[in-house]
Amino acid sequence: MAMNPMEQFEVRPLIDHPLFSIGGHPIYFTNQALFMCVVVAAISLFLTLAMSRGRLVPSRGQSLAEASYDFVANMINSTMGHDGLAFFPFIFTIFMFVLFCNFFGLIPYTFTVTSQIAVTFALASVVILTMVITGFMKHGLRFLTLFVPKAPWYLLVLLVPIEVISFLTRPVSLSVRLFANMLAGHTLLAVFAGFVILLGAAGGILSVLSIAPLLLIVAIFALEMLVAFLQAYVFAILTCIYLNEALHLHDQH
Amino acid sequence: MELAAAKMIGAGLACFALAGAGIGIGLVFGSFLQGALRNPGAAAGQTANMFLGFALCEATGLFGLVVAFMILFM
Repeated sequence: MAMNPMEQFEVRPLIDHPLFSIGGHPIYFTNQALFMCVVVAAISLFLTLAMSRGRLVPSRGQSLAEASYDFVANMINSTMGHDGLAFFPFIFTIFMFVLFCNFFGLIPYTFTVTSQIAVTFALASVVILTMVITGFMKHGLRFLTLFVPKAPWYLLVLLVPIEVISFLTRPVSLSVRLFANMLAGHTLLAVFAGFVILLGAAGGILSVLSIAPLLLIVAIFALEMLVAFLQAYVFAILTCIYLNEALHLHDQH
Repeated sequence: MELAAAKMIGAGLACFALAGAGIGIGLVFGSFLQGALRNPGAAAGQTANMFLGFALCEATGLFGLVVAFMILFM
């Protein structure tokens, strides 16, 4: 009864006919697209329902929505300063989307949208493009001084290429971090679930031993809840840090 | 057959990235506890930074895992 732990990440079309095609490449409605729709609907429903009856003394849902708003606003204030609040809708959307994708993926039999490199890389490229466009709009060509730190000229020969390379790897590291965390966590859960089944089917004393990997799954699941939140937080705060560089170049806010 | 064996060995070697991640995570939490026990008043304000460091550290180990998967499945 060997199972493939990677099977859960398989993207497959839910409707056999392609919806439309772009340049001869058929576009299907896949399980990934379905769960992205579910996540967006869940976020919209949660935020609108929780805030529809805005009460002075908030209910449980309302205080959750207010706490998430406060959390992101504080994050922006501490990293970008007051003028960073113009980016609040952008960062709040990214944070809520990644958070809900991560948590929806933890429910059994669901599909983890953020375990697909295509999704996370698209998110990361949007972030980096926003940063580059804001930087050029605000500073013009002076934005390129981002690659020139304050240092004597003989060090700059070394430092400028390093800065350029580190800038170019940002979208890769931002997307691979989220994707790899989700992939690794879910693979780990699937591998240990396979241990439980193998031990349970072995019979005799080995079946009793299968309780050990089961307990471990519970512990790993708790860790995965922490990771799911943490990765959304890290993604959002790195977005803030990158946008801060575009807004203020080398000076602090 | 030799190629398959070499792939397995390569994927195994890629898991050495976990050693670095382990050292890093240990340093993050160890240093946080050292600082927190010396100045408990300032500890609460730095837990967010600690978790940020933890997540960044953990990710480097997972990059090794991605390399291992790429070797095995691509």
